[in-house]
Amino acid sequence: MPDASPLLRFDSLSVAFDGVTVVDNLSLAVRRGETLALVGESGSGKSVSALGAMSLLPPNARVEGGRFLGDTDLARLRPREWQGLRGGRVGFIFQEPMTSLNPLHTVAKQIAETLRLHQGLSGRDARERSRELLGQVKLPRPDELLDAWPHQLSGGQRQRVMIAMAIANDPELLIADEPTTALDVTVQQDILALLAELRDRHGMGMLFITHDLNLVRRHADRVCVLYNGRAQETGRVADVFQTPQSSYTRTLLDAEPRGRPAPVPAGSPLLQTRGLAVSYARPRRLLAKRPPAFEALCPLDLSVAPGETLGIVGESGSGKTTLAHALLRLTESRGEIDFSGERIDRLSGAALRRRRRRFQVVFQDPYGSLSPRLPVSEIVSEGLKFHYPELDTAEVERRVVDTLRVVGLPEDCAARYPHEFSGGQRQRIAVARAIILEPELLVLDEPTSALDRTVQKQLVELLRELQRLRGISYLFISHDLAVVRAMAHRVMVLKDGEVVEQGDCRAVLEEPRTDYTRRLVTAAGLSFQNSRFSGTD
Amino acid sequence: MDLAVTSRLSPITRRRLAVFRGNRRAWVSLWVFLALFAVSLAAELIANDKPLVMRYDGQWYVPLLVDYPETEFGGFLPTGTDYHDPFIGEQLAENGWALWPPIPFSYQTLDMQMMHPSPAPPDGRHWLGTDDQGRDVLARVIYGFRLSVAFALVLTAGSLMLGVLIGGIQGYFGGKTDLIGQRLTEIWSGLPVLFLLIILASFVQPGFWWLLGIMLLFSWLGLVDVVRAEFLRARNLEYVRAAKAMGLPPRLIMWRHVLPNAMVATLTFVPFLFTGAITTLTALDFLGFGLPPGSPSLGELVAQGKNNLHAPWLGITAFVSLSLMLSLLVFIGEGLRDAFDPRHVQHGAATPPRRQTDA
Repeated sequence: MPDASPLLRFDSLSVAFDGVTVVDNLSLAVRRGETLALVGESGSGKSVSALGAMSLLPPNARVEGGRFLGDTDLARLRPREWQGLRGGRVGFIFQEPMTSLNPLHTVAKQIAETLRLHQGLSGRDARERSRELLGQVKLPRPDELLDAWPHQLSGGQRQRVMIAMAIANDPELLIADEPTTALDVTVQQDILALLAELRDRHGMGMLFITHDLNLVRRHADRVCVLYNGRAQETGRVADVFQTPQSSYTRTLLDAEPRGRPAPVPAGSPLLQTRGLAVSYARPRRLLAKRPPAFEALCPLDLSVAPGETLGIVGESGSGKTTLAHALLRLTESRGEIDFSGERIDRLSGAALRRRRRRFQVVFQDPYGSLSPRLPVSEIVSEGLKFHYPELDTAEVERRVVDTLRVVGLPEDCAARYPHEFSGGQRQRIAVARAIILEPELLVLDEPTSALDRTVQKQLVELLRELQRLRGISYLFISHDLAVVRAMAHRVMVLKDGEVVEQGDCRAVLEEPRTDYTRRLVTAAGLSFQNSRFSGTD
Repeated sequence: MDLAVTSRLSPITRRRLAVFRGNRRAWVSLWVFLALFAVSLAAELIANDKPLVMRYDGQWYVPLLVDYPETEFGGFLPTGTDYHDPFIGEQLAENGWALWPPIPFSYQTLDMQMMHPSPAPPDGRHWLGTDDQGRDVLARVIYGFRLSVAFALVLTAGSLMLGVLIGGIQGYFGGKTDLIGQRLTEIWSGLPVLFLLIILASFVQPGFWWLLGIMLLFSWLGLVDVVRAEFLRARNLEYVRAAKAMGLPPRLIMWRHVLPNAMVATLTFVPFLFTGAITTLTALDFLGFGLPPGSPSLGELVAQGKNNLHAPWLGITAFVSLSLMLSLLVFIGEGLRDAFDPRHVQHGAATPPRRQTDA
């Protein structure tokens, strides 16, 4: 268990880029055998402080203050000594498992490389050790996986390979920078449990960088909360979560989306599908029979009433986004789509384009969904100008300004370009672009997953307010059950393109009937005792 | 005024402009090239066998713009005046004055009063000497430069339009359109351009527009692949999908959302298209299948240099003028490519990580 002498110590560490301070006087200590979580929103300087301490930042960064690994003063290391330290005494796990493995080398070769560099192992010895490591990170069939290429592995498997590489040289310290952010919730739990087990077995210290308080609560011993480069609060996890000292920590803890959507007014359904299905033809190999088509979405029926939110829940690959694209007629699909009494699956060309005004979409990635070359006013007004060519410039401008005000953006932003805005503000621009057309249905494809918790909460409140005022129906796609709970009237749980479970949001999330839903709910760590809608608190 | 212009550009464009300006070689090359082109545009004012303005018998004449018959100046023939005729020269000296351009020869003026047999070496009268028909080399270089650049400009603009249109349609719609389009362009690109031009030269006398038209039939092929790839990539970007979901028709989506992104890769290609066009024209002229005889062309000058090795000023002039022009263009092209390269842009403006003061 944690012994007293700190393994990693920062003494008022500061990092500045070209004179702009991003980490300010950060002091912390990681002991052997403990996990210290560094928590904060994006841009709070969590990764920068860890990378800065390990001298992994670009040359325009200045790192000041004391940083020690055991007895080694990291500020005085020479480049050669750094090479021995990184990957040897300190192991790294990065966020993006899809890009942190070299696609041109097999798993065995990549693990063997660190073994060769730090321990001088080669050939049969390295392979034997690699196999052992893959076993330690609990990968199935380690003998086969040794010769696998990265693209043959799933995200979770790749992250396990990354972990195997990080622990290959028995490091004293493991720096895990958002190790599970890109993974599905159920996989996240497995990976973090594995990391904790390895930590205990090897007596490592772990610096766990994350934005997800839910994970901190369960997987860290102590926590340090960062805001704008300053430490707000450091302490044992239980203490910080029970009795937060700083106001920022309280905001962060309070940031879980709460509340419930407004009740649905009675009415005939706005959107109905019957047997909606999507399949992709697989390529035919030479001289072989064409393999059966891949069923991305099995036939399903759904209906959405005016003013209602239908939540679509599932892990990646479950067909959520495919469903959204099929409903929006952006993908070829089979089956009937009935939108306010009209079969839109039969429309095409200009007739379909005119209808598109009535069902709009907000995409997941606020950085990719806005054209970087157009100012905000152009982005927002584009659809309006096309669908209502009779409006004059002044009227278009008036509506743009109105809509921007409705979504809570400052007035002067119309002439600015998307890159000047933060993720949350960009997502508001995307919402403005959709609602300026006064749609009856808004498809929201993971609109909050790229945002920080506090921003998510604001966006959820904005969307609910819009629904209350304008009676828009939402199709809300998300893997985040906390957000879905705050948004949806009904939910539909998808797995591998099939509906596993559906029904009233509260009923499904509180008393899941299938194992799959139960696993999702457990992994999301929904806190029912806090929720205001359960009525039991 | 400069501020007003730059502030209307998008920030990306502004940053690229800054990177391009930061590249001194490209920036200087651009200005030198523009200055040379501006000078050559005014070739008629610089090298001409007629006076710019003259006064004769108390009256104003503008021979540059108007053809006056010789009888106006005391001659006998009602044909256009040859101002180099010694008799007319005497008449002018007695009854008025004439303002000549700095080089008193046009590109096709045959100098009848040469001291040396042609090709004559450089002297005060012909600064770069004359060619084997007694025409002033400097005048021919100036006119030839203008012709080459104009040809390349029109050809580049034309191939840009065709290439972007065809590549864009293939890339944006993908699928069968792309498949069929690609096969057709492959077949088309299999045709031997140079042979086609040579065969054609035996049917018609190829002039400026003929050559341009035929070369235009093939020069867009190189662009198609670049544009198509960019459009293929861009059509799956989320903001393109968002525009589609908004109900915009394909032509608007392509024009407003996809094209600005595809232009980056395309524009880096342009300077090389440009140099390619100049080189092809020069090569055709050198072989004698290019512009009609008598036209001011750098290729023809190269051919003369080759045929008259005892007159090295011909070859040297052709070499220097061609290599200067092509080097300038390549430098500009390099600068453009770097300016559009996202890695250079990031390097040029290293910014601290984004600070969020969120909404």
